[in-house]
Amino acid sequence: MDSDLLLPRPEGLYCPAGDFFIDPMQPVARAVVTHAHGDHARSGSGLYHVAAAGTLLMRERLGADSVIHAHDWSERFTLGDTSLSFHPSGHILGAAQVRIEGRGKVVVVSGDYKRDPDPTCAPFEPVPCDVFVTESTFGLPIYRWPSMRTVVADILDWVDECRDRGVPAVLFCYALGKAQRLLAELATRTDRTVHLHGAMLRLVEVYRNAGVHMLPTVAVSESARGKDFAGELIMAPPSAAGSPWMRRFGKASTGFASGWMQVRGARRRRGYDRGFVVSDHADWPGLLRSVDDCRAKRIYVTHGDGEALVRHLRDTGHEAFPLRSLGGAMPESRSSEEGD
Amino acid sequence: MRRFAALFEALDRTSSTSAKRDAMAAYFADAPAVDAAWAVYVLGGGKLKRTATSTELRLALAAETGYADWLIDDSYQHVGDLAETIALMLPGTEDGGDDVPLHVWMEARLPSLARLEPSERIELLREWWRPLPREQVFLVNKLLTGSLRVGVSQRLVVQALAQWADLPTDLIAHRLSGTWKPTADAFLALAGPERADEHAGERPYPFFLASPLEQDIDVLGSVGDWLAEWKWDGIRAQLMRRADGALLWSRGEERLDGRFPEIELAALNLPDGCVLDGEILAWTLDEAHPLPFAALQKRIGKLKPGPKLLADTPVRLMTYDLLELDGQDLRERPLRERRAMLAALVEGHGPTLALSPAVDASTWEALTAVRRESRERRTEGLMLKRLESPYRVGRKRGDWWKWKVDPYTVDAVLLYAQPGHGRRSGLFTDYTFGVWEGDTLVPVAKAYSGLDDAEIGRLDRWIRAHTIDRFGPVRSVEPTHVFELAFEAIQASGRHKAGVAVRFPRILRWRTDLGIRDADKLDDLRRLASG
Repeated sequence: MDSDLLLPRPEGLYCPAGDFFIDPMQPVARAVVTHAHGDHARSGSGLYHVAAAGTLLMRERLGADSVIHAHDWSERFTLGDTSLSFHPSGHILGAAQVRIEGRGKVVVVSGDYKRDPDPTCAPFEPVPCDVFVTESTFGLPIYRWPSMRTVVADILDWVDECRDRGVPAVLFCYALGKAQRLLAELATRTDRTVHLHGAMLRLVEVYRNAGVHMLPTVAVSESARGKDFAGELIMAPPSAAGSPWMRRFGKASTGFASGWMQVRGARRRRGYDRGFVVSDHADWPGLLRSVDDCRAKRIYVTHGDGEALVRHLRDTGHEAFPLRSLGGAMPESRSSEEGD
Repeated sequence: MRRFAALFEALDRTSSTSAKRDAMAAYFADAPAVDAAWAVYVLGGGKLKRTATSTELRLALAAETGYADWLIDDSYQHVGDLAETIALMLPGTEDGGDDVPLHVWMEARLPSLARLEPSERIELLREWWRPLPREQVFLVNKLLTGSLRVGVSQRLVVQALAQWADLPTDLIAHRLSGTWKPTADAFLALAGPERADEHAGERPYPFFLASPLEQDIDVLGSVGDWLAEWKWDGIRAQLMRRADGALLWSRGEERLDGRFPEIELAALNLPDGCVLDGEILAWTLDEAHPLPFAALQKRIGKLKPGPKLLADTPVRLMTYDLLELDGQDLRERPLRERRAMLAALVEGHGPTLALSPAVDASTWEALTAVRRESRERRTEGLMLKRLESPYRVGRKRGDWWKWKVDPYTVDAVLLYAQPGHGRRSGLFTDYTFGVWEGDTLVPVAKAYSGLDDAEIGRLDRWIRAHTIDRFGPVRSVEPTHVFELAFEAIQASGRHKAGVAVRFPRILRWRTDLGIRDADKLDDLRRLASG
């Protein structure tokens, strides 16, 4: 069994040989963190190991006082009896897979990843290993992402339509990763300024400082009171939907950029006018391709619709298991509605 | 089809009714009449013949993609819609692809499926799918499985047609009523100038629908301005007497011919050129009250009822309005006059064509007291109709109110859940509830509605975390949560495990203040059923 290298614990995935946790949910002595999203990077631990490309974001999330050890891509470092390295996962800026070598075995924990091109971060690197721990947020064959070119064209058409109708276009998306990726992709087709919700300002700034080319942006709060936003593109986190902050836009058209928008029922339930299918997670073909690329003997599947992926991998000749079958008490994974 | 697919997307994207109406009106003006006719039919909820079974669709999808049956099933459970699941799982073509006109799909392609062997049907489906863009795969699947719901009401389609034709909505509604056949001529005729003999044919008049009375009764003003009748629990129907016989239309505007021969026979004694509105009820001669709705259900299902059924479960039409007499449209005349003419017309026709009696009361208090007899009279409450009102089209508030008695309620425990469809796909929203019999909880009702979105989300997460067992899409959960359910009627039933069947169950509230031991007992329900 592989449980000698990794064990699920209430705090998170634990490596006894190296005495560290990967993406712990609670404060621990030594944490290895894959990326800066709030459900992976939590403050309060004694020491953090992260990929250097994500250090600026980690500082934002973990606080200026946290002790952070940054490592270049593929750089080997030692924790206890294990040797570790970070490899790009293509999820968001600085997002990493963790390669752990110890007790004669190589385990790769993917963190969140995608295979589609993203101008804001290094592309996913397939890392050969014995055991691959993969995410499966979108682990059903109905999830196949359209090309970004098509989606960008759809978003721009929608903004044009809004301009013709004289209403603002408010695009909701996650503030870290999705917003910057869209700003970078849109920059290939237009140079119009985008208005940002306050929650996105700092993070966009961090991306700019990391050298990511994006559309010019301005804070909504910087605009004069009573400004007419008709025909303008505004980006905001989903939590702003239906809040008093929206009042300034009057009868705005709303859109949501997320992988969940693939399904009509999810689109209608959320009540946005438009859904744009954009995800920073692997789609079904992306998951299968990654499993093949890393040539692991054994696959463990974390959150999401993992059951279908596990069964399909078994049907196609892989040794696959849900991560929770390792035993121990893993914290309840986030609900499938939250990942994106 | 590309144009129709674009219309569908425009309708699907917006929740604004005016935007939907504009999109349809623009389509009607733009599309070839023969395609527009089919769009009217399909969007207005017209019946579609099912030309392939869902099993055949699944087989075709499995053959085309190589995916295992269980994976197709899992995906379907997640999406909640087979037509969409297929569209999402097939490789699909990028822009372009086939553009076969809507009417060719409806008149030639889909009907041709019916003449094939299942295996040939599956092959043909796969051939059709391959060159289609994803949104058209979805639409074609919807059309061939016989259902396409777009979130537009028939009324909105009528409004869009009225906007396009620049005619009153009531006229369009009448022209579309009955069995409207989607042809280019029929579509263009919708926009034609109004004729004097517009109503003389076989098309039923659009039904006037009552609204539930939610405010206090005294806001209606003087009790003397209102006609009160029992609210019958039967089938709303329009009886038309024409020169060559009688026609019976349901409120869903389907012909009921042949199902209720006693009513059609009695109608032959009416003069040519009259139209009556009323309720079909199962009612034996020696009874003071109608039979329960379940008895009537036996008659609805039978196209040619046999002598025994006719004898055991006779029906009558309880008439309450007169829309036409001597070929004259009476709908603009006040109810007071229509009712007097109706009374004179059905006088002496025996119980099969009866007049729904007025419930007399000189004060609202007296009427409120009479209303308490509703259940023992096997009615759902009272109808209140303004005596000066015309017979309107559709659901218009103000003149006709249904004043139902309060529903029965029961506290029951959530036992099973399964994912919903459409807007609720992927969420556990279809629940089964049970009550106590001794130490076991026995399922008694399924309910889908009544919780708000926040409660649905909370319950969905709880169900996922507390599943005990799975039976296909159905999950059994730890008995924990108690809900107050409302229902309209309860009857003894041999077909249900619990021995009782409830009518129109829905969730009133989540009783977080109750534990499962506080839920009701099956005996309580049995008592209601026998009482």
